[in-house]
Amino acid sequence: MDPMLLLVQGLNGMQLGVMLFLMAAGLTLVFGVMNLLNLAHGSMYMMGAYLAASLQQHTGSFLLALLLALPATFLIGMIIEAVAMRRLYDRDHLDQVLVTFALILFFNELVRIIWGPQAHFMALPDGLTGYVTLFPGVIYPAYRLIIIGAGLLVALLLYLLIMKTRLGMLIRAGASHREMVGALGVNIKLLYTVLFGIGSALAGLAGMMAGPILSIESGMGDSVLILALVVIVIGGLGSIRGALLASIMVGVADTFGRILLPPALASMVIYFLMAAILYRRPQGLFSANG
Amino acid sequence: MADSGYFDLRSAVLLLLLAALAVIPLFGDIFYTRLFTRIMIYAMAALSLDLILGFGGMVSLGHAAFLGVGAYTVGILSLWGVQSAFLSWPLAMLFSMLIALVIGAISLRVSGVSFIMITLAFAQMLYYCFISLKGYGGSDGMTLAGRSSLAGLLDISRHGTFYYLVLCILLLILFAANRLVHSRFGMAIQGIRDNERRMLSLGFPTFRYKLVCFVFAAGIAGLAGALMANQSLYVGPALMHWKQSAEILVMVILGGMRSLAGPILGALGLLLAEEILSNYTEHWMIILGPFLIIVVLCGRKGIYGMLKGANDHD
Amino acid sequence: MTEALLEVRGLVKCFGAIMASARLSLSIMPGEVHAIIGPNGAGKSTLISLIAGELRPDAGVIRFSGKEITALPVHKRSRLGLARSFQITSIFQGFCALDNVALAIQACSGHSFRFWQNARRIAALREPALSILEQVGLAGRAQTVAARLSYGEQRQLEIAMALAVKPKLLLLDEPMAGMGQEETEQLTALLMGLKGKQTLVLVEHDMEAVFALADRISVLVYGQMIATGTPDVIRSLAEVRKAYLGDEEMEGA
Repeated sequence: MDPMLLLVQGLNGMQLGVMLFLMAAGLTLVFGVMNLLNLAHGSMYMMGAYLAASLQQHTGSFLLALLLALPATFLIGMIIEAVAMRRLYDRDHLDQVLVTFALILFFNELVRIIWGPQAHFMALPDGLTGYVTLFPGVIYPAYRLIIIGAGLLVALLLYLLIMKTRLGMLIRAGASHREMVGALGVNIKLLYTVLFGIGSALAGLAGMMAGPILSIESGMGDSVLILALVVIVIGGLGSIRGALLASIMVGVADTFGRILLPPALASMVIYFLMAAILYRRPQGLFSANG
Repeated sequence: MADSGYFDLRSAVLLLLLAALAVIPLFGDIFYTRLFTRIMIYAMAALSLDLILGFGGMVSLGHAAFLGVGAYTVGILSLWGVQSAFLSWPLAMLFSMLIALVIGAISLRVSGVSFIMITLAFAQMLYYCFISLKGYGGSDGMTLAGRSSLAGLLDISRHGTFYYLVLCILLLILFAANRLVHSRFGMAIQGIRDNERRMLSLGFPTFRYKLVCFVFAAGIAGLAGALMANQSLYVGPALMHWKQSAEILVMVILGGMRSLAGPILGALGLLLAEEILSNYTEHWMIILGPFLIIVVLCGRKGIYGMLKGANDHD
Repeated sequence: MTEALLEVRGLVKCFGAIMASARLSLSIMPGEVHAIIGPNGAGKSTLISLIAGELRPDAGVIRFSGKEITALPVHKRSRLGLARSFQITSIFQGFCALDNVALAIQACSGHSFRFWQNARRIAALREPALSILEQVGLAGRAQTVAARLSYGEQRQLEIAMALAVKPKLLLLDEPMAGMGQEETEQLTALLMGLKGKQTLVLVEHDMEAVFALADRISVLVYGQMIATGTPDVIRSLAEVRKAYLGDEEMEGA
């Protein structure tokens, strides 16, 4: 195989991986700390994309759209948490699956009502439509490089947040000793709300960044959700490190699967991967650590 | 689970329901006959899921896969010229059970969230597998030339005849499932759901029992799939999408887990609600979603469970 | 010399840096009531879990009835005749008491891949179940849903289920835990009735019961057996008194 092609595909794999990480990080964080399996996470991805597209249309600026849509998804996440999620923490996973599934149905319909059933598109910001020359003869879309960079930046920020800040400490403590943290006077309710908001914002960010590359339509979050679930199960429920490693693995495996294998098998690669890993290590690659 | 006797409110409702089902084709027009045929088929699928969910305690998000396998078996055989129901329907069940054996053998090694995820993953695998089968319609699916033939015994291309056949099959399955649930096997499965650790310590090889239950349920789902292919004369990959699995799950919960009539009520409730609501607005989902959330948050007993009253220990 | 029914040799189990079982050895003779005592954290629950099969040892051998069972899973050990009652009540909350015991009897009546006959109508399952409930004193509560039984009654049910499988060896993990005076006396009387007929391994804190029931006592401290002997011998050993921090503990016996 041509090494240049390998590089380009590798970068594509990284780009997919990084987007998956943005989704998976929020999902695994919420599961690790609140023991909540949130299927509606994909809906936040979708909302992020729709909001950004809408704002871009109104303001004409991609950057402005992002800057406004991000806090908007954060807010929506917190509202959902307060209204529905908070009642699910003490329920078993089946209840959580059902309620969050119902939310998916709700949001898929909501975007159809607000924005209509047709697919929407986001324009690439002007400065980023070009290509970057990595090596002589190898060019790569600038926008995708930005995505990779942004994703890695977020990973770094998350790491700093969780390891070095007081909030991060609370997150880690909350994961292992909910009642204790509550007894110490920390407002657990607020912590959870904020955490859920952060998770939603991350998903929304993934959606916003995916906007210019994919078509924006009702239900776009569902397939990404499945991928994100596969990622967190492989990485270990509750582990951000695991989510990062697993998302890169899945992103690369999926990308290379598609160019090396016939389409039927290509789609199944990541599921085989997941089944194989779960068979040997049911708890995933890493255990929950925050 | 205390045996609460034969004639109570629940049984009365069930009998009423079955009686109503028995006379529907005589009154309404073909539309209702077809609608209720579809409802009964979904009721069968929901019942099969309840066997592993309500009675076995296994939360599977991939049950629709078995429906799809059953449906595609009939569809593919039909394409090859095999129209006999006596051949394609048992084969539909057989293939569903074989696939369930493989999926179950791997999935049942894990439990909890991992089990939910892995069943989901397998269902998605099958979904993508069938999408890629260009020869059999790919993502568009394929239509069937006609309904299966029963060697001249019955002509199920007539909607009324098909309706009554489906009703009979549903009743048979209901009866068989009832015996199953009260049998030694049923006791064992419920014991495993209630306290698997205890069952192991009593000497039960729990894995085997769960697997057999899983495979049985898949067989029934496969039959439902075969009937579905006959009902709509169409098979497509959407039949095995995880959202379809979730919909069947909703039917079970809505109607009441841990009962055999519950899933039937649930299928009836959900599909009728969809039918009625969609006449008012094409955005009926937006009502159904929050409604479902409220039902779940207010206790998961479902319609049937609520009829049972307060003296049941879930 | 009679062969030991249960033989544990050199058992080691570590949880990270903690050695819960440190080269433990133990022999249980058929027909005896063998009590295991020791302060909290000594590793008694770990030992029970290791014998029952829920935990695998890092090193060491376990033999039951002459067969090596170290690698056998829980359900296979049960099938060989090793039964267990749990410290934290582990019954079938949704079934009535009779169903609970009947299920235990069903467990040792061949396989349960029988799909037709109503299990609640099978006399071969119901009658023995009822007689065991009588034995433990729960006959009057046979139709009560287990979740509705009092704590003491649930503990009795726990024992009933363990007895129902007609075990060769019965591991009782703190059966008196959380019981009141009267219930403890009832249970002690029941276990006294089993003496000689049933081999019992009893992990208990209640010293009165231990000294009343036990033929031999082993003392477990920090994962090691520091003494084994008849109750009189154990009572007098200085190390045992030291392990229990003072003579007050021994006074009650």
